Amino acid sequence: MALLTGELKASYAFVERNFFLTRRYWGWELAFLVYSVAGALSISLIGAAAGDDRLLLTLVIGAVFWNYLSVVFSWIAETIAVERWEGTLEYTFMAPVRRWTQLLGSCLYAMAYGLVHTAAMLAVLLVFFPQLRPESMNVLTAGAFVLLGSFSFVGIGMMAAILPLLYVERGAQMTFVLQSCLLLVSGVYYPVSVLPGWMQAVSHLSPATYVLAGVRAGLLNGTPITALWGDILPLVAMGIALIPAGLWAFGRAERHAKRTGKLKRVG
Amino acid sequence: MTTTLAPELNIAGLAPDDAVAFPVATVAPAPALLVEHVTKRFRPERRKPPVIAIDDVSLRLERGAIHGILGANGSGKSTLIRLVCGLLTLDEGRVEVFGLDIERDELAVKRLINRVSVDAAFFKKLSPMENLLFAARLYGLDAGAARREATRILGRLGIAQSRLGRPVEQMSRGMQQKVAIARALLTSPTLLLLDEPTTGLDPRSKLEVQAFVEEVNTSHDATIVLTTHDLAEAERLCGRITLLNGGRVVAEGTTPELKRLVAERHGQPETLEAVFMTFTGRSLDDDVEEDGETDA
Repeated sequence: MALLTGELKASYAFVERNFFLTRRYWGWELAFLVYSVAGALSISLIGAAAGDDRLLLTLVIGAVFWNYLSVVFSWIAETIAVERWEGTLEYTFMAPVRRWTQLLGSCLYAMAYGLVHTAAMLAVLLVFFPQLRPESMNVLTAGAFVLLGSFSFVGIGMMAAILPLLYVERGAQMTFVLQSCLLLVSGVYYPVSVLPGWMQAVSHLSPATYVLAGVRAGLLNGTPITALWGDILPLVAMGIALIPAGLWAFGRAERHAKRTGKLKRVG
Repeated sequence: MTTTLAPELNIAGLAPDDAVAFPVATVAPAPALLVEHVTKRFRPERRKPPVIAIDDVSLRLERGAIHGILGANGSGKSTLIRLVCGLLTLDEGRVEVFGLDIERDELAVKRLINRVSVDAAFFKKLSPMENLLFAARLYGLDAGAARREATRILGRLGIAQSRLGRPVEQMSRGMQQKVAIARALLTSPTLLLLDEPTTGLDPRSKLEVQAFVEEVNTSHDATIVLTTHDLAEAERLCGRITLLNGGRVVAEGTTPELKRLVAERHGQPETLEAVFMTFTGRSLDDDVEEDGETDA
């Protein structure tokens, strides 16, 4: 019990440090939020221009929930890249902290940050589009899918985080490309059915596909979560598989980095 | 706990390795740091042969010592420090810290050691206090106690309380290095690894840091490994000195022993600079890329 408490306290160190960083970079955070809101509004206005409230809500859901998932992914995936940039990576890896403790802290902050960021965006969109009626939506279904999807994205984020560990300069770029591919195949702004056949097959591997399908079913049609097992089960399976896989891959990558001297500061 | 042969049982003519065949007579405390036949290779490019950064290095530091490691750029000093910290894996050999194996007892060893490197690496937008608080939490320290202790240590190093809330990036290089030293001391390491901690500091800051290193050594009972290019600093602080060249130990002893050696055997002046030149065969100004680690 004492061991667990100690590890949770160490996890909190990463939560607190990331909060400090967010606070210090508040100007960039504000700029990022304005950019995200402007992007979501621009896309959603396509639906408003078409005079189709259903299309509008489809686009709003895509913009808002992709924002959440991508923010969670980015924070976790950049865990290593940021430390490498600042030069603190060796100090963090020297500390008597288990790697899952570090990643847990990063994931908790990523999810909290993603929720706040997305809530702010959602609030603006609801003000901008008063025709959206939250009272007719099944918010419970949407919330459950976001929660389940978060676990899968944590696992993918952990795997993406090892790229800057393995490839000192190109790792962050590869992470960015991976995130872009998830955006393309997951049906964020359009049905997956419009994609070429091979992309539709790939879309089944993206947890965002199931999250967005579930959220849309809940918010557009008011579908209860109990009627959506076809989307829940893949998400649960991905969460169960991807988090341990992410931890395992991270451990292997750390060992490789220590063998080849890639933890060393660059730049 | 390790066992060693009592000095009185040593038989003339036997090498230390031979001597262990005899019955162990006493139980001695574990050394603060034991490095045995450690080798580390890097392969900068796949098709090229590996570069040997550390070549069969052995060291033994007793508790409370300040041990200097000297060598030209690229001699393997920083690689050796990284190996002891667990930031690099060993290709051959073993390292123990107070009797704990750095690979088998990784977390326990990490609690005992800390390091100050030549580049003061921080989250530059965060304040010294925020950076130190993060480090303290990683080592399991209570936040309130960590704040008080950080303030005390930084004050002792000449950093006013009014500076503790401002971003590190607004501090001079010397002040940043002092914060780095404070970060290491905050965790009360029993083995402190100082990798060129005074490089780039002005003379006053250098003297303050050197005085503080001495204080930490005596008042905190910390064993210290110091790598430096400043020979006067090594002479002032270090009880024993190891010289590395090309990843190998080429000489080891106290400063007077090493000076006497180069004077008697090589006819050189009795200075530490002559010791350095004799054993490394290189100029102090040689600017060779440090270590053989890959950056690709």
